[in-house]
Amino acid sequence: MWIWADLTSDGLASSALELLTKARELGGEIGAVAFGPRATDAVAALGEHGAIRVYASDDDRLEEPTSRVAAHTLVALIARDSPDVVLFPSSYRARDVAGRVQALTGSTVMANAVDLPTIDRARAEILGGTTVVDVDLAGPRPHLVLMRPRSFEPAAVGGTAEVVIVDVVEPAGFVSASVLSRTDPGATGPSLDDAKVVVAGGRGLGGPEGFRLLEELAGAIGDTAIGASRAAVDAGWVPYALQIGQTGATVKPEVYLAAGISGALQHAVGMKGSRRIVAITKDPEAPILKMADLGVVGDLFQVLPALTEEVRRRTGR
Amino acid sequence: MNVAVLVKWVPEPQGTPTLGTDHLLVREGADGALDPGDEYGLERALQLVERDGGEVTIVSMGPEIAVAAVQRGLAMGAARAVLITDPALRGSDTLVTARVLAAAIRRLGPIDLVVAAVESTDGYTGTLPITLAELLELPSVTFATSFDVIDGAELQAERQTASGSEALACPLPALVTSTTGVAAPRYPSLKGVMAAKSKPVDRPSLTELGLVADEIRSTQSVTGVGTAPEKAGGRVIEAGPDAAAEIADLLEEARVI
Repeated sequence: MWIWADLTSDGLASSALELLTKARELGGEIGAVAFGPRATDAVAALGEHGAIRVYASDDDRLEEPTSRVAAHTLVALIARDSPDVVLFPSSYRARDVAGRVQALTGSTVMANAVDLPTIDRARAEILGGTTVVDVDLAGPRPHLVLMRPRSFEPAAVGGTAEVVIVDVVEPAGFVSASVLSRTDPGATGPSLDDAKVVVAGGRGLGGPEGFRLLEELAGAIGDTAIGASRAAVDAGWVPYALQIGQTGATVKPEVYLAAGISGALQHAVGMKGSRRIVAITKDPEAPILKMADLGVVGDLFQVLPALTEEVRRRTGR
Repeated sequence: MNVAVLVKWVPEPQGTPTLGTDHLLVREGADGALDPGDEYGLERALQLVERDGGEVTIVSMGPEIAVAAVQRGLAMGAARAVLITDPALRGSDTLVTARVLAAAIRRLGPIDLVVAAVESTDGYTGTLPITLAELLELPSVTFATSFDVIDGAELQAERQTASGSEALACPLPALVTSTTGVAAPRYPSLKGVMAAKSKPVDRPSLTELGLVADEIRSTQSVTGVGTAPEKAGGRVIEAGPDAAAEIADLLEEARVI
């Protein structure tokens, strides 16, 4: 049982620790694959969460943007140590690597999984999370399973991992893309993953300026992240990083407040695990009202500022 | 410059999808369309060949009704299309689909650029284009928010990353997956719709593609279907003077203020 540990500019992604929780449940020897910046720095945390072996390399070539070198290198490790399953997060990078590995090994790729009851059976929610399907996995090992974010809780168990040296494999005649420039505005405020409250906006906000109402509300509540529906992101009002849903982030905050979001299946799958859901929409037929603990039907341009005022009054902020 | 654009017929995006007794999505008899996510990359590809010369070829795999999606792509301006239809491909997984599409693209002769949407609107797997890229041994740029071809030799693209964006240059031939940001799709003109009817649509068989039974055997089968636990509905109120206070009460109960 292996897991793919995503590395970001902030270090080890929490998805790696979530996947280790599942890997421990399934048993067997747990390996972690950590390719990328400061990979060796991640070894301790991976061991602490149950990996007994970490295939770590911070060789620059493993970061090239087409993911070809990472995939070919991973395939060489797979051929040598024969894992039954490789669990991946659902990040861009993981999707690219898993997709390329599939072409090379003929393995199955199971995307959007929420659980793996056995190593040959995955569970996924389809049709916007209204239907659960069990999918039997066949074909050459390892099965490549991409897990939706926050499907498992990270838990430290103590332990140290052995580091395995990785030989980087470049495919014959390899050509890569080169990075001309990179923009990384970095996180502002709490992340969608960690915030206690998420306030999200959709088409009903009418434009980017509508999101200012959400920012003011978030500032008043505190420990609050801003999210968006696909409609708002596709319209270019806010960046993709804010998208919640089947494509995008899965959030499970204490309170999820949706403003001007109809609650299409696409969106529902990313937020229905929230502890409490509040929806403000002008459409009395909006599906999100069926999911909401408290639904408010009316003009969000009146309700949001009034709510911000009320929260400020109660908190004295 | 020759561009292959992958398109998919999907059940009507606004409709209610249903599963058949074989646990597969019901496609026959369902209303459907060209996947709206495919139109952006197709539009951008058309703009590039209109500027630099060359042809756009639509490549698709799907049931007989997928002809409708292919026709729409031709009506938008693609020169020709390849559509692979075979009952043996029903319920194919991403690997089988990628193998079929790779074989179809190889048959086209030299292709400079393969364009696909980031993911389909019905399946959301999001790995098929990159699997195809590896089968064709192509470099790739995924999640492009804009892309251009410079001097017919280099793909330049801006792509989204988890926390920002990056600008990339990639020698052709290459594969790019596009988000909805790359271009605003045109609406097919009446002239385009009429012209589409006489454009060539190649319908190769699996044998003609050189695929054998082992290569089209899916590695996944749905063995159980259940309904996800539904959350009990809550209270719905009209927006009035008390609405803000009611929401604030809930925030207090949740101990977040």
